[in-house]
Amino acid sequence: MRKFVPKVITTNDLMEGDVIYLAEDGSWTRKFGEAQVFTAAEIADEALAKVEQQRDIHVGAYLADAKVEKDGRPRPVHFRERFRTLGPSNYFHGKQAEE
Amino acid sequence: MYKYSEFDESFVRARVTEFRDQVARRIDGSLTEEEFKPLRLKNGLYLQLHAYMLRVAIPYGTLNSRQMRQLAMIADRWDKGYGHFTTRQNVQYNWPKLADVPDILEALADVSMHAIQTSGNCIRNVTADHFAGAAADEIEDPRPIAELLRQWSTDHPEFQYLPRKFKIAVTGSPKDRAVTRAHDIGIRMVRNSSGEPGCEILIGGGLGRTPMVGKVVRDFLPTGDLLPYIEAILRVYNLQGRRDNKYKARIKILVHETGLEELKQQIEAEFAARKALFPGINMKLIENLESAFAPPGHDPKPFHNFIDRTRHDPAFRAWAGTNLSEHRIAEYSIVTVSLKPVGGTPGDATSKQMNLLADLAERYAHDELRVSHEQNIILPHVAKSDVPKVFDLLNGAGLATANVGLISDIIACPGMDYCALATARSIPVAQEISKRFDELRLEREIGPIKIKISGCINACGHHHVGHIGILGLDRKGVENYQITLGGDATENAAIGERAGPGFSASALVPALERLLDAYLENRAGPDESFIESYRRLGSLPFKTALYPSDTRIAA
Repeated sequence: MRKFVPKVITTNDLMEGDVIYLAEDGSWTRKFGEAQVFTAAEIADEALAKVEQQRDIHVGAYLADAKVEKDGRPRPVHFRERFRTLGPSNYFHGKQAEE
Repeated sequence: MYKYSEFDESFVRARVTEFRDQVARRIDGSLTEEEFKPLRLKNGLYLQLHAYMLRVAIPYGTLNSRQMRQLAMIADRWDKGYGHFTTRQNVQYNWPKLADVPDILEALADVSMHAIQTSGNCIRNVTADHFAGAAADEIEDPRPIAELLRQWSTDHPEFQYLPRKFKIAVTGSPKDRAVTRAHDIGIRMVRNSSGEPGCEILIGGGLGRTPMVGKVVRDFLPTGDLLPYIEAILRVYNLQGRRDNKYKARIKILVHETGLEELKQQIEAEFAARKALFPGINMKLIENLESAFAPPGHDPKPFHNFIDRTRHDPAFRAWAGTNLSEHRIAEYSIVTVSLKPVGGTPGDATSKQMNLLADLAERYAHDELRVSHEQNIILPHVAKSDVPKVFDLLNGAGLATANVGLISDIIACPGMDYCALATARSIPVAQEISKRFDELRLEREIGPIKIKISGCINACGHHHVGHIGILGLDRKGVENYQITLGGDATENAAIGERAGPGFSASALVPALERLLDAYLENRAGPDESFIESYRRLGSLPFKTALYPSDTRIAA
């Protein structure tokens, strides 16, 4: 069996459209590094099914691959997820401008 | 220009009110996203990678100064101070907040604009030649027909849930600037042997994952029969287009699978039955619309100052050489304002630039502006005697890039900088190409060439019909770019041929440099353009340049 790649739950905020991540305490954070990391498929799926019920908070939640760095914080694996943590590359807009 | 009738006005206002209510119900949770999504899409509101995106229709690419100023106001008040003009003659706002969208739509309605049917499986914004009503080579202004189709298709009850989206383009000139052969329906206004006006109808063109060049389904249709005939095509497609597979749902696949002849018979049969439902009303409508698009009061004046400036100012001469096109009145020019500054984002304009363009249109261009599918803005009616002044004002606003039709006049979709469907970025590729060839000072030497970039297989960036097409893909988690060669978006439409394996982002521009060096070395002379060389020589010298160490190519 293939090894399970750790996951975070991500979606877009309903009002702003901004990228958000599910944190450990069940709240939503704007930072990938603060997201809860799921290391087992079943638990990740269960958590996803649960947040999908929060219909007035966000749009289209899904699981994204993550790797846990030495500092203990998760980082995106795929470039698409990395772009989502930053914003567009042609202007200094989006998350990169809000740090 | 066409002015909204009372009916248009009340319809658009009613839709704003309706959508305001839908947004409120989404925000309070009484509508789920699943329920809301088709409603927001019908009103042009997408969710993209970092934010919502609102796509506003600019019917047949025509707008006046008041509308352009309103687009600028919206950019400032509810977005980040700019708008992105697209290959479908729309404008997109990349950062609206959900709760603000009804107010934005209200502001659009104030200037007779909307975002209706800019998404979803319906008939989308009808596009047209951006030189309509001005081009020297034009047979007839395509906009009355385009407006007729806009009115007919807007909220048409039978065609709101088609198998897939449906795009129509119209040209009134033998020179196709509207890419009619890459649309679900392409309409070319022609004259028959007795000189009567009519239309040639093409169907089944399209890009995306299965690119096809449109085929002529009717070589001459009297203009008065346009609506029943187009309705017949839509009806046949609506009933028979595939709904089992999203990727096979466009009319091009139906044409391909059913065969043109068989489909043609079905369309003709449907047309015969429908024709009676449109007794004479068609021509009356078209005549009314023709008067709405009557030419502005041109005032031909001598233009010695224009000739003098061309003679003495190399910067003006260079710009005039690329950015002016022949107007049907000798004392006028069509001015194309490039939205492709070196290192800039193709198709973007700041609110300040939009306001300046509106001022220029009002003062020097009979209050008309156009958006081209090539993502530039056009002032279609500028007296040659005013062109030097217009140039100076554009220059002061960073809008006098002299590159229309050259290597940095690139079409690029938003790609993975914004689009949720993208598989790779497009904008940085365009930026890098324009910067590199500017550094090399090779742009003028290379001459006319079309580079078109898409960030996914859906081909919003028209890469299949670029002389050089670039398609961004995700190869094992890394951005990778495929090159196609020999595409053509004009009346000689052709789908480009894939050159070979893709390139990494860092290897792409060096590969293009090799490709264009090969062109410069092999061309018959400076007058032979890239595409002409490619057609004369075939792909071999170009592939060899792209893949110098691949011994299989020459074999």
